[in-house]
Amino acid sequence: MASMRDIKRRRSSIQSTGQITKAMKLVSTVKLQRTKQAALNSKSYFDYMYRTVNSMLAKSGEINHPYVKGNGSAKKAVVMITGNRGLAGGYNSNVVKLVTRSDLGKDDVIIYPMGKKGKEAMSRHGYVVADDLSSMIDAPEYVDAMRLGSMLLNAYKAGEIGEIYLAYTNFKNTVVHEPKLMKLLPMDKPEGIEGPVDESSAPEAPMNFEPEEEEALDLIIPKYVTSIIYGGMIESVASENGARMQAMDNATTNAEEMIDKLTLQYNRARQSSITQELTEIIAGSQAQN
Amino acid sequence: MAQDTNNEFEVRIITPDRTFFKGNATMVEFNTTEGEIGIYKHHIPMTVIIKPGVLTITGAEVKKAALHSGFAEILGDSVTILAEVIEWPDEIDEMRAMAAKERAERYLAEKDPKTDMARAETALLRASARISVIK
Repeated sequence: MASMRDIKRRRSSIQSTGQITKAMKLVSTVKLQRTKQAALNSKSYFDYMYRTVNSMLAKSGEINHPYVKGNGSAKKAVVMITGNRGLAGGYNSNVVKLVTRSDLGKDDVIIYPMGKKGKEAMSRHGYVVADDLSSMIDAPEYVDAMRLGSMLLNAYKAGEIGEIYLAYTNFKNTVVHEPKLMKLLPMDKPEGIEGPVDESSAPEAPMNFEPEEEEALDLIIPKYVTSIIYGGMIESVASENGARMQAMDNATTNAEEMIDKLTLQYNRARQSSITQELTEIIAGSQAQN
Repeated sequence: MAQDTNNEFEVRIITPDRTFFKGNATMVEFNTTEGEIGIYKHHIPMTVIIKPGVLTITGAEVKKAALHSGFAEILGDSVTILAEVIEWPDEIDEMRAMAAKERAERYLAEKDPKTDMARAETALLRASARISVIK
């Protein structure tokens, strides 16, 4: 049986860990509220953007545009959004797993890491990692997404990369976050998008474009890419805080359980040592008589 | 739908961070890549790309805003503007807009081959839009 002093030391160390995890949980709860609100505020923009671009593609027949056709380059760019910090449960590793287990070959992929954790994990796995964008994820700004978007599109136009993917964590609600890998470019022609989604708002006359479709796509698709990246950033940040809150909540509960168990052990040890001392004293006094 | 005498339609302006405006209007005017347009109800369905300019919403009252980039989807009974950058007059810093306008004008006048002319032109449009919204 461990000595009283050992148990006491262990208990106080767990106690201070529990205090830290509790504080971290409170911090991420507050951050979650804020980031969740931001994610909700911008959701309608992305949904609308996604729907418009897809219905544009669906209605516009055969388009001979590199954004749709592809440019023949085998290189694939993956923008990977993770956190800069750990202690968020499976948040970071889930995104990493998603990319490493996907069918994207290691040799063709260039990772654009947004978030230190993802960057470290991917270079450990032996992927080619491009410039670090980690500072963007601390406070997601639309201009950051714009800068990254235009950088990727320039590389795409120059034929340096042939496909663009986004790996992020979708914020479904406070407890459910799912990692997602999404193809941004070249755009796949949507199938069945003209089903129930469109019927309610189906225009009486076909949609006109000014300027012409190809030119319009040329202008709208960069905005589309930017907005999807920004949406991914915002959702990921909300998910990160949600995941950290959950992880820290679990850690706090575990710490409390361990403290309870150790307290019990400590009291038992104390009791048995008192009993032993008493027995020794009584035995000693009997021997004197 | 065509029978109603009401000539109001729904206007929605959405930005990446918020819903900027939602309400009814009888007319909406803004600047596009093809020139300035004004929209009444029962416009033919059209998607247009926005150029920096003044957005005017005429409804119960007239509202103005500086609209810088994005695109608009026009349907018979609604107009949805997906705006990347848009500002109400009270969000604009006049001094900054003035300075930006002067700077852009100077760049355009100097015709330095090193400056990005297209960018300077957009900057000038943007600054002018801001200034005319305040006035």
